Amino acid sequence: MTTVFQQLINGLSLGSIYALLALGYTMVYGIIKLINFAHGDIYMLGAFWGYYTINFWHFNFIFALLSAMVVCAAAGVVIEYFAYRPLRHAPRITALITAIGVSYFLENGMSYLYGADTRNFPQVIKQVNYDLWGVRVSNIQILILVTACLLMVLLQLIIKKTKMGRAMRAVSVDPDAAELVGININRTISFTFALGSSMAGAAGVLIGLYYNSIDPLMGMTPGIKAFVAAVVGGIGSVPGASLGGFLIGLLETAVQSLGFSAYKDAAVYLVLIIILLVLPAGIFGKNVKEKV
Amino acid sequence: MVMLEVKDLAVNYGVINAVKGVSFNIHEGEIVSLIGANGAGKTTILKTISGLLKPVAGAITYEGNEIQKQKAPKIVAAGISQVPEGRHIFPGMSVRENLQMGAFLQNNRSEIESSFETVYSRFPVLKERINQDAATLSGGEQQMLAMGRALMSKPKLLLLDEPSMGLAPIFINEIFDIVKTIKEQGTTVLLIEQNAKKALSIADRGYVLASGQVKMTGTGQELLANKDVQKAYLGG
Repeated sequence: MTTVFQQLINGLSLGSIYALLALGYTMVYGIIKLINFAHGDIYMLGAFWGYYTINFWHFNFIFALLSAMVVCAAAGVVIEYFAYRPLRHAPRITALITAIGVSYFLENGMSYLYGADTRNFPQVIKQVNYDLWGVRVSNIQILILVTACLLMVLLQLIIKKTKMGRAMRAVSVDPDAAELVGININRTISFTFALGSSMAGAAGVLIGLYYNSIDPLMGMTPGIKAFVAAVVGGIGSVPGASLGGFLIGLLETAVQSLGFSAYKDAAVYLVLIIILLVLPAGIFGKNVKEKV
Repeated sequence: MVMLEVKDLAVNYGVINAVKGVSFNIHEGEIVSLIGANGAGKTTILKTISGLLKPVAGAITYEGNEIQKQKAPKIVAAGISQVPEGRHIFPGMSVRENLQMGAFLQNNRSEIESSFETVYSRFPVLKERINQDAATLSGGEQQMLAMGRALMSKPKLLLLDEPSMGLAPIFINEIFDIVKTIKEQGTTVLLIEQNAKKALSIADRGYVLASGQVKMTGTGQELLANKDVQKAYLGG
């Protein structure tokens, strides 16, 4: 029983990272129908920003986290402006391939500029383990879970209650009608990239703290898994992305604890295949009917 | 006073020359109706006025300023609001949120509240459905919501694209009555309709379009009485 709870805690911490990442995929897909394959690399940028600012500028955790979010938001906006905006009316496959190109550009650009080696993320918060009825919980895990949940609630409030949030929803369901009520489409898309990328930046700092090692290619696998999480939850759905993230995190730790560590990635993709077969629109996805 | 002047407007829709040199004008306080068959270029003209499409030639002058190069949000801000064909309400948002979107460019809270009151008094059914998902409304109610949303920006000129399309006859009469009231309360209306008889009966003036050009013009009554118009658009 304690093992189950132990894995539950581990799974939730990891899952909250995937959830933060999946939000970016789902929001960007919702608004411009693009699967932004460079999203995982924004998370890598966030981790590196945390690494440098903590090591060289001696930022504390909160400051590193917030500044990483701001920097990643800016990076997301710049990428959208230069790479995706010119292709707004191009076929979707063109933008998709461009996203893969941007991903390679960021991964190899970082390797070229700063070296491809793995480095230790500075332990800006000293790890303390608590023993709760036999279940080992670290303060880092609690911090990750709490930060991720706070960010998700904040995001939900922005989307539901603010003017920009309403604009995002309006553009994602009907861009022409949105423009006719006076919404600036480009600005709304930039805002969406900023929000999604800031979540990825936060996830990057949190994962650095959790796994303690970062490298320029660190965004690839979590990026794809977060994409799977977004699809499982129903791409385009914000609550779906959060749920999908937690599910993938739990699944991965469960597979690991059953002794199949080598197959944990395979298990995630297996779930993707099953979901696509059984629930093609994902858990919260809507089956979009063509209306005449 | 001429409020909107469209001069030699030409617009391409993809590779098709949808509008080929159309000129017309709208005076303040009028209902002007553009009638014509499917593919005559009516919707293209409306989309060009509201800034969704850019013309290849010609000019659109609104209150003395050329607006044909401006983007849609600027045109809404200037006081032109469009109710698109097929209503295009925002599904997944409540009736209230949909209306709120219509006031997107307004920042004054009390002004927005007063717009809400005006819209609710004109469309009482919307007030009853305030928290309902807009997608669950009937066709007629969705049309009212789309009109209410457009009125939330307090437009001086309202562009209506096929407001009666796909509606039950009882709703069609109601919608046309509402259009008349909107005009009486001081908003100028440009009305596009396939239901030419209804449209001309409430219009001050009308223009008959065919294959991207103006074929005929006159007051609503004149066009209704015209033999050619009757034959082509009023079912003989």
